[in-house]
Amino acid sequence: MNKPMLIKNGRIIDPSQNLDVIGDLLMTDGAIKEIASDIKKMPTDCTILDAKGMIVCPGFIDLHCHLRQPGFEEKETIATGSKAAAKGGFTTICCMPNTDPALDNKATIDFIKATAASEACIRVLPIGCITKSRAGKELADMGELAEAGVVALSDDGSTIADSRIMKQALEYSLIFGLPISDHCEDAMLSEGGQINEGIIATRLGLKGIPNAAEENVIARDIALAKLTGARIHICHISSEGSVELVRNAKKDGVNITAEVTPHHLTMDEEMVLDFDTNAKVNPPLRTQKDIAALVAGLKDNTIDIIATDHAPHTDNDKLCEFAVAPFGISGFETAMGSLMKLVHNGDIEINLLISKLTAVPAKIIGSKFSNLGTLKQGTAADITIFDPDTEWTVDVKDFYSKGRNTPLNGHKLKGRVMTTIYNGKIVYKDNSVKLGV
Amino acid sequence: MEAVEQIKAIDLKDENAQPVQKIWKHKHILDLDDFTPSEIDLVMQTTAAMHEILSRPIKKVPTLRGKTVVTLFYEASTRTRSSFELAAKNLSADISNLTVSSSSVTKGESLIDTLETMEALGADIIVIRHLNSGAPNLASKHVKASIINAGDGWHAHPTQALLDMYTILKYKKSIKNLKVTIIGDIIHSRVAHSNIWSLTKMGADVTICGPSTLLPKGMDNPLPYFPKVRVTTNINDAIKDADVVMGLRLQLERQQSGLLSSIREYARLYQITEERLLKANKGVIVMHPGPVNEDVEIASTVAHGDKSVINEQVTNGVAVRMALFYLLAGGSHNE
Repeated sequence: MNKPMLIKNGRIIDPSQNLDVIGDLLMTDGAIKEIASDIKKMPTDCTILDAKGMIVCPGFIDLHCHLRQPGFEEKETIATGSKAAAKGGFTTICCMPNTDPALDNKATIDFIKATAASEACIRVLPIGCITKSRAGKELADMGELAEAGVVALSDDGSTIADSRIMKQALEYSLIFGLPISDHCEDAMLSEGGQINEGIIATRLGLKGIPNAAEENVIARDIALAKLTGARIHICHISSEGSVELVRNAKKDGVNITAEVTPHHLTMDEEMVLDFDTNAKVNPPLRTQKDIAALVAGLKDNTIDIIATDHAPHTDNDKLCEFAVAPFGISGFETAMGSLMKLVHNGDIEINLLISKLTAVPAKIIGSKFSNLGTLKQGTAADITIFDPDTEWTVDVKDFYSKGRNTPLNGHKLKGRVMTTIYNGKIVYKDNSVKLGV
Repeated sequence: MEAVEQIKAIDLKDENAQPVQKIWKHKHILDLDDFTPSEIDLVMQTTAAMHEILSRPIKKVPTLRGKTVVTLFYEASTRTRSSFELAAKNLSADISNLTVSSSSVTKGESLIDTLETMEALGADIIVIRHLNSGAPNLASKHVKASIINAGDGWHAHPTQALLDMYTILKYKKSIKNLKVTIIGDIIHSRVAHSNIWSLTKMGADVTICGPSTLLPKGMDNPLPYFPKVRVTTNINDAIKDADVVMGLRLQLERQQSGLLSSIREYARLYQITEERLLKANKGVIVMHPGPVNEDVEIASTVAHGDKSVINEQVTNGVAVRMALFYLLAGGSHNE
């Protein structure tokens, strides 16, 4: 059993119970025991962590990441990915099924669960495919996947181009109550595209990906979700038009949720100047106008959650001509530092930011996980402690992820995860954090 | 068109002249977006000096003696490659040509691998033509040699734009306030992109014209990422009062990908014809980077007519590339 631990003097923020207090948090047996302004009575053999000036909140939940195992272990494994996630403050991560083989049956899901049980330092929840081999042709056995324990269904990276198959997938998913999480991209419109369509693409001579490639499919999915009554979750929305579509769909009562990544919220297409393949990501980084719309969407809850779309690649994968490089940013370890920029700039409240990383994603993956993303008494002691004001410089050499593909290398961020606790056990601790007894 | 000499050649032997290193800051020539007007002027004056060398009975000078120039072409090209090769030979460089077939690319030999091999073989200057935009930029970050971009994807073709400017200056007093119209497949044209940079930097009024499917995106508000130019889909508006009209090669596959309805309609709407040129300014010159699809983007009578300077562009290419080699080598005559 995990030793008891007392976190003292932190600013404890738990949006699941509208809690924002300065005080202490005690955990015993891997569960939350008590939150109070000053806990004096503590169990013997209790570890003490002084969190003065820091924020103590539920461990972050990431509904969208790529752990690359099985099939692409040179890019990431469940072990390295979960370690990187813990460093980023995540205690639950949901991995996308675009592995090789794809996660489209019980055997592959069992493999993820077994590997995670033995090698991951945090909770790894698999997402299963919508269609067999992500080919967009035949439905995967969703019932088997649901029983095996997937939390959502997605053909991430590929959009189901055939609207009839998508409609049927949504209808069929109703049996199991699982959300269908869609990577929305009209592949005919985006074909050969490298970066956002616009003046930067003109300057660099690269083929653009128009906003409409995303908006087209979101509009279709909304129509199909409305028709079927099924739950649709829109992955990584990136454009102003997409935000507007989701906003209107919600007004219309459609069963829809949406996510946005830290990179789409904080970086624009300018990052690609000088052909930086580390800023090549799909959907592409857009414009300041889109960023403003995404932030507005977060604030009015059009956008429900923030997810990293952590997409690690090797140095060699990215060390090539721009058009040859794969899409993706390694995002776990810079997520919090990037997002705090929005808080420091006064764009969003810290409580709202935390809710979109904790309580709301827990709600999306269902009532089975109602003990996640919260600090309610008796729930699993998954806790993230971060210093909102520490400045640090991103150095990919320090990454735990095998993927060092980030355009933020060398950039200064303000806000740093100091300690991550999973089931009452410290799974990540910054060197500056000292423990007492 | 009767050529008039406008450009003063720099005196390569004048020891009292301002050293070129004061003006010239480039280790690589990747695009013209980062060139200053004085650097472009210097290239023009140096080209004039090289032109003079080319008119001598013995066209060889020892500027690059002992240096190795490698041309690395991932795309077929006859004129650009032989132009670089002649330029290097005229400057007494050792030259080695490498054509990389797409098969060895698919075999997994990366651009970086190939460059490292070139460097190990002692290349001082590597001339790259590549089908992917940005390949020369990537190269410049990984080798010690100087990189010259000989055309990359849809991105840039700086040596072509410089030879175009040199050609224009043979006929026009100055680039400033000159009305230059570029017509055709602008979005896919590295020649157009580099010309837009160099011409606007020197103060020309540039108009681009073509079917809307072939015009670049974001041009309504391009600053600070791209120069502001006039954009029109109407060729008669574009040619009216122009001093220079530049055609571009139309890749015939644009029709198959649905960007054009037919080559016939393209020719009807956007061909540079004698009749359309009547609206241009007196003394208009017609240019084209070649090879020309005659009677598609340009009427054959125009391509071979008295306003055309197309063949002279080819001739000037050697002098411009000599000038660029000379400047990259540090502007010393090495004698």
